[in-house]
Amino acid sequence: MGRAVAALMTRDLRLALRRSGDTLQPLGFFLVVTTLFPLALDPEMSRLREIAPAALWVAALLSSLLALDRLFREDAQDGSLEQLALSGRSFALLLLAKTAVHWLLTGLPLVMMAPLAAMALGAPVASVPGILAALLLGTVALSLIGAIGAGLTMSLSRNGSLLSLLVLPLAVPVLIFGARATALAIAGESMSAPLYLLAALAVLSATLAPWALAAAVRIGLE
Amino acid sequence: MNWVWFHRFGSPPHFYRLATGMTPWFAWAAALLCIAGVIGGLGLAPADYRQGDGFRIIYVHAPSAWLSMMVYVVMASSAAVGLIWRMSVSHAIAASCAIIGASFTAVALGTGMLWGRPMWGTYWEWDPRLTSELLLLFLYLGYLGLRSAIDDTGRADRASAVLAIVGVVNVPIIHYSVIWWNSLHQAPSVMKFDKPDIPASMLVPLLMMLAGFTALFFALLLIRARGEVLRRERNARWAADALNVAAGKV
Amino acid sequence: MNELTADNLHLWRGEQHVLQGVEFSVRPGQCLQVMGANGAGKTTLLRALCGLAPLEEGRVSWCGRDISVDPESYHLQLSWLGHDHGLKGDLTAAENLRYAVSVRRRVRPDEIAAALVTVGVPDLAGQRVRQMSAGQRRRVALARMTLMGGALWIMDEPGSNLDLLGQELVSALLRTFLDRGGIAVVATHQALDLPSAQLRPLTLQ
Repeated sequence: MGRAVAALMTRDLRLALRRSGDTLQPLGFFLVVTTLFPLALDPEMSRLREIAPAALWVAALLSSLLALDRLFREDAQDGSLEQLALSGRSFALLLLAKTAVHWLLTGLPLVMMAPLAAMALGAPVASVPGILAALLLGTVALSLIGAIGAGLTMSLSRNGSLLSLLVLPLAVPVLIFGARATALAIAGESMSAPLYLLAALAVLSATLAPWALAAAVRIGLE
Repeated sequence: MNWVWFHRFGSPPHFYRLATGMTPWFAWAAALLCIAGVIGGLGLAPADYRQGDGFRIIYVHAPSAWLSMMVYVVMASSAAVGLIWRMSVSHAIAASCAIIGASFTAVALGTGMLWGRPMWGTYWEWDPRLTSELLLLFLYLGYLGLRSAIDDTGRADRASAVLAIVGVVNVPIIHYSVIWWNSLHQAPSVMKFDKPDIPASMLVPLLMMLAGFTALFFALLLIRARGEVLRRERNARWAADALNVAAGKV
Repeated sequence: MNELTADNLHLWRGEQHVLQGVEFSVRPGQCLQVMGANGAGKTTLLRALCGLAPLEEGRVSWCGRDISVDPESYHLQLSWLGHDHGLKGDLTAAENLRYAVSVRRRVRPDEIAAALVTVGVPDLAGQRVRQMSAGQRRRVALARMTLMGGALWIMDEPGSNLDLLGQELVSALLRTFLDRGGIAVVATHQALDLPSAQLRPLTLQ
């Protein structure tokens, strides 16, 4: 099973490297959206600091959503997803591996760029570790929740904004805890309560999502 | 354990007959309970010492809010039964729940906003209950959207069943996260009616309305599910017979 | 002994009752050739045999066991070639084969090279699939069939996009596979060049 997961993850990483332009789009989107907030508001740092958590998390949510549509769509169209379904290996685990690669390519770069965006919005340097921790846990949960939506809509040709309608309400708890943790980090207070809740969400989605994911993708393959 | 009832329930013609027979019972129960509840709630119950007559909207708001949640649970449970035992009737019930649940949610939101006007001075306040109801409405809309996006009934059934199950796991998480969020930002809201000292003259009509709305839901559900089952089985002989019988009665 | 059995398969696709009580049983060394007009349900039947499409009624058994009981061990015995070749355009032929087969079993580079020789495209190992012709892609997909192992091949129109030599290649691969005791189910319009003792026709209405 380890070899199967490793082979699949290497394949997806190599594919992403060969098309790095596509892969980096969500990151660009994240940075552009966070830039829009100061422009729409005003550049005064004290006010920006107030909206920084909201701006960061809304941007993170939208950019992770942007990348989701591609997660299974191409594999479903070219038939490689059904090869995986019939490989005789745990389909849930293989899909979890695909989601993990998706997070490495879209979630992790976003987490790494987030301190820059946060400081541009007036967050103090001392808040960076807290913001990193919150986004790390939050993007993991978002990728897992989003993957279920991507699996449900992967075979629909005219899905339009359906994926957003399915995923965004489910992502509300991540948004609430994440933004709260970030606000506490910026204010220099203890952020352990929302951080634990975020960790609980990440663990819960990691245990339950693979089952729902495998069921959703199997139905999409019918 | 005798599973015969379960398999019989799963047979479309049997369900159709059962639903046809049960609908009037629920409909009459709903009508009687709601009339009694309205008389009790609007006529007999005293005005609230703080909110005056404005509180009376609770007799519509609370039952709708209760049903908006309950319908989602009914929908997810029957979808799960349909997914596990592959029962088309169960999927038909789940499919019929969605629009009813969405309507109750919309009514709960609307009455909540009307109530908010005299209480808060605005129609919309980011109160945890109203916010939860709004998110629940989005969940219903997502379910309906997914269903309508898939042409094949069987696939639409199974895909939306997975969504409903994922949703029902998330509903409490969303609900409590919203309460948690709200507790940080605002004072407790006006809309708390879980006080134990609510007088019986107010409580009894409320319970009647709750029971009446629940009966109304089951009546609506049976009517819709009956139509849905008939639509799915439109090529079967029993469906043609059932339609002939219905037409002959008129 | 291995055996693939279908009992009274029924399947609807939307309004259409596509499979109406399909029954058969295939033993080692036999190839079931599924024929029928377009829309007769060939692809649907094959997907149901794989466990990809849910059956309304009836059951598919492998070695006497319902395939839905333990799909994973059934799938380990199965190699599938569908309408879509299942290759990634941005990977080379050799990379495609390595990753696809590694999901199931350990595979050596020389096995991959040998498989590409067998299907007649030894020079394409380092070429990206995106730059290949449809027939070349089909051959790479056939190479994957030979590498995946297992005792059951299910193929949907394996000869599509292939020239005459390619059609012969499909028959030759099948002969080798059947002679080793494999079981094959193939949906195709083209005649398969197999000994009549090995060929079992099934025509869907």
